[in-house]
Amino acid sequence: MNSARAPGEFVAWRRALDRHPGTLVAGGVLLLIALASLVVPALSPYDYYTPQLDLVSRPPMLHGGHLLGTDPLGRDLLIRVLWGCRISLLIALVASLISVLLGVLWGALAGYTGGRTDALMMRAVDVLYSVPFVPFVIVLTMLFGRALWLMFVAIGAVSWLDIARIVRGEALALKRRDFIDAARVAGVHGARMIGRHIVPNLLGVVIIYATLTVPTVILFEAFMSFLGLGVRVPLASLGSLIADGASDMQAHPHLLLVPAAVLATIVYCFNFVGDGLRDLLDPHDRT
Amino acid sequence: MSTAGAGSSATDGATLLQLSGLRLQYATRAGTLEALAGIDLEIRTGECVGIVGESGSGKTALLLSILGLLPPAARIAGSIRYRGLELLGLRAAELNRIRGTRIAMVFQDPMSALNPCMRIIDQLSEVSRVHRGLARRAAEGRALTMLQAVHIGEPARIARQYPHQLSGGMRQRVMIAMALMAEPELILADEPTTALDVTVQAQVLSVLQELRAHSGAALLLVTHDLGIVAQLADRVGVMRSGRLLELADCQTLFEQPREAYTQSLLASVPRLELPA
Repeated sequence: MNSARAPGEFVAWRRALDRHPGTLVAGGVLLLIALASLVVPALSPYDYYTPQLDLVSRPPMLHGGHLLGTDPLGRDLLIRVLWGCRISLLIALVASLISVLLGVLWGALAGYTGGRTDALMMRAVDVLYSVPFVPFVIVLTMLFGRALWLMFVAIGAVSWLDIARIVRGEALALKRRDFIDAARVAGVHGARMIGRHIVPNLLGVVIIYATLTVPTVILFEAFMSFLGLGVRVPLASLGSLIADGASDMQAHPHLLLVPAAVLATIVYCFNFVGDGLRDLLDPHDRT
Repeated sequence: MSTAGAGSSATDGATLLQLSGLRLQYATRAGTLEALAGIDLEIRTGECVGIVGESGSGKTALLLSILGLLPPAARIAGSIRYRGLELLGLRAAELNRIRGTRIAMVFQDPMSALNPCMRIIDQLSEVSRVHRGLARRAAEGRALTMLQAVHIGEPARIARQYPHQLSGGMRQRVMIAMALMAEPELILADEPTTALDVTVQAQVLSVLQELRAHSGAALLLVTHDLGIVAQLADRVGVMRSGRLLELADCQTLFEQPREAYTQSLLASVPRLELPA
């Protein structure tokens, strides 16, 4: 049985990918950005923090080493942008992991169990929801100083709330379906019910929502860094690069345009990948 | 008592399920709604009892209350005894030892009663794995046997498919195979053929009949189709607004209906006649 399963699913996956060529391209672009952000800074003769005061705010040039030019302190823009990508992608990874794992589990448990448990779990979500987010991050920053992990904590605490709510609603609807009754009659309950009958049937919604969450979270980090609450200098994130670039955009537009374009590309690609993923996970496409 | 139905040979007369004074009420904003108003019914081993009635007469509510699948808003009273064991008020864990193993159910619409995200083989074998703790391989082997038993050609291929890839009749057969996985003593069937084409109905019925004869399971068949009841049931009950109006063996009911409502129900069956 098992051996027969793999090729069938594989073919179905390939067919779904064929229908969404954009997914492959977008996924490829993301992979390329991720790889570049990991590899290039290690190979490059430049780093993100050493100022070179004789090479200040150079425009992009194809010779002379600095491909995308330099910033007002003479640091290589390409390397700084790639470091920014690292941070954005890391945040995307953490946020989507937390929101999918915690949000789905929490929501499915609440929705399926129902009653008092459900009420309690969802009120906890409401409480977290009502925390004013930006002031909350500012307070955290004041307490602990500017640190990247604070950003992870803040985004982690918030990103799963939407998914938990949506999943709970879906689970409520699902548990009234006949096949849940049928499974119950067959003696299925507890973790097996949630893991095999509830969660797989709401994954489509989760994937869509998670891929909507990822860009939001990346943009949020950019926004916080723009406000000066994100990464600590001299490390740069895409948001802080855009902030720096915006202050100097008349004289040196490339300082704004390059990180902004990269950010837009990443966010756009995530949206595309989500679309294709949804189709891949939908059993109705497996014919 | 029973007419010479296919399954009556297995009847040894012991009481399998005993419903007495079963009442079911829903508390709604507009007041209480009485879905079942005191049902008394006895099902013996191996027999087939048909319940007919119009929509909303409480047929499905009857089946759901036996299995403990009612929504929390339902108030239930009376008694449901399975081989002497009171099912009402049983905790879910204890109830799970009965339903699925001893009592199985065939749902009306197999499309919505099969998990769209699970392959047929996984859904079938889940029953054996949960109830009997069978290993994966053994459970899958049993699933294939059951698929064969309900006359599914190429069971190995069908088993690997998802519900939406099958035809309606195929799905209902899978549903029946699923009900049979745990070798139940009593199968509850809720309009098992209503969602199917006429030709497929006949096939599904013959599968049901054959399996009942093989396994000796009792069948509580709920339907609004008198033709099906006439074909399968040993005894027939007529339900209306939550009451069991009449309960008689099949032949008696069709030939000498006691209640006026039963008569009108019988008279309402369309006949294959061209207007003169």
